[in-house]
Amino acid sequence: MFDTLMSWNDLLFMLKGAGITLAITFWAMLGGTLLGVVFGLIRAVAPWWLNVPLGAVLDVLRSVPLLIQFILGNSLQAILGWQMTPFIIACVVLGLYTASYCTEVVRGGVLAVPATTRRAARSLGLTYRQDLTHIVFPLALRVALPSWIGLTLGVLKDSALVLWIGIVELLRSSQIIITRIQEPLFVLSVAGIIYFAMSFPIARLAARLEKRWHEND
Amino acid sequence: MNYTFHWRSAFQALPEMLQGSIVTIQIAVASMVIGIVIAVLLAVAKTSRFRTLSALASIWIETARNTPALLQIYMAYFGLGSFGIHLNSYMALLAGIAFNNAGYLAETFRGGLRAVPDTQTRAARSLGLGPVQAFRLIVLPQMFRIVFYPMTNQMVWAILMTSLGVIVGLNTDLTGVTQELNARTFRTFEYFALAALIYYVIAKLITTSARLAGWRLFRY
Repeated sequence: MFDTLMSWNDLLFMLKGAGITLAITFWAMLGGTLLGVVFGLIRAVAPWWLNVPLGAVLDVLRSVPLLIQFILGNSLQAILGWQMTPFIIACVVLGLYTASYCTEVVRGGVLAVPATTRRAARSLGLTYRQDLTHIVFPLALRVALPSWIGLTLGVLKDSALVLWIGIVELLRSSQIIITRIQEPLFVLSVAGIIYFAMSFPIARLAARLEKRWHEND
Repeated sequence: MNYTFHWRSAFQALPEMLQGSIVTIQIAVASMVIGIVIAVLLAVAKTSRFRTLSALASIWIETARNTPALLQIYMAYFGLGSFGIHLNSYMALLAGIAFNNAGYLAETFRGGLRAVPDTQTRAARSLGLGPVQAFRLIVLPQMFRIVFYPMTNQMVWAILMTSLGVIVGLNTDLTGVTQELNARTFRTFEYFALAALIYYVIAKLITTSARLAGWRLFRY
């Protein structure tokens, strides 16, 4: 029962796929976080005429299936004739998707800083920018970081959908192996364990951070 | 740009796509119902004194939360064959999403259960209710009040997850129908843009109606 046709080369192939998964996650998180911080700050401080339309646009990204966003992104670049590789499209689409979630995380963090604290900072003579960098940022980070890590885990898992636009990441590579050796249960379990090994330590870290940062609350 | 958009053909296919979106909603609702029932059991099992029971619940929850939903659907579609269970793509999608929902909701419910004070159970017990009765009539209703909004979020997630059915060959749900039309006409962008619009409307309908229902159900 426990003998398998899967070879070490196959495992190596899957680990390579896992590397692609991590690479896509990294670039999407990098772009998404940068955009998300900018949008989040705008959403926290901007007047309503900027805030409402921005919120509505970002809400669309959260209400449309990611798979369809990938398909639309892929066909749009074909229409525009941009000659981008699927890898870049995957990173861009996933990055925008990440940004829409990250915006809410950042906004929640900034809004969690009490207005009185900020007013106190300003009345002690800090400028608006000093207030942002020395008061709001450290306090908001504590609120936002656990959910940001949760977002990272979500993106890591959602990156599996890029297989539809032709990228061989972890799940697609396991599917290729399944087609050859016909042992779906075993190969998928291995893929699941690799995903688990990638995300479980991060999840633990987030839980520990949350516990440590809130023990004095 | 060397491309002419043909929106008319996409709009002509609208009735077919709306038919597909009914299947989408069906799967999402069914997966939520199954998911909620299992999640309550998992949440209770996780806090149980019996080690094996809580370990099993932990395994389910952590697997559901730490692996992609698509992998779970693959497991149901390809993997269960090893046990002699052969699901068609509809059932595999339903099983995969229900498994996923149960895992996520169990964590939500656990938080909700912790927020219901212990004194409530004790009061109910001292008024003569049995342990199951006290849980069902006193604790559960209060928990559902707390977890109602996270639950609507999960419902929207379930709708979005049904789009993965097309990867295991489902061709009756909204994405499946759209993919069939796409394969026939190669008007990828037009069709999928319309599908995206329909998904958006469905998601908004769910959040709005849930807000109204919550306002109606949970007022004091």
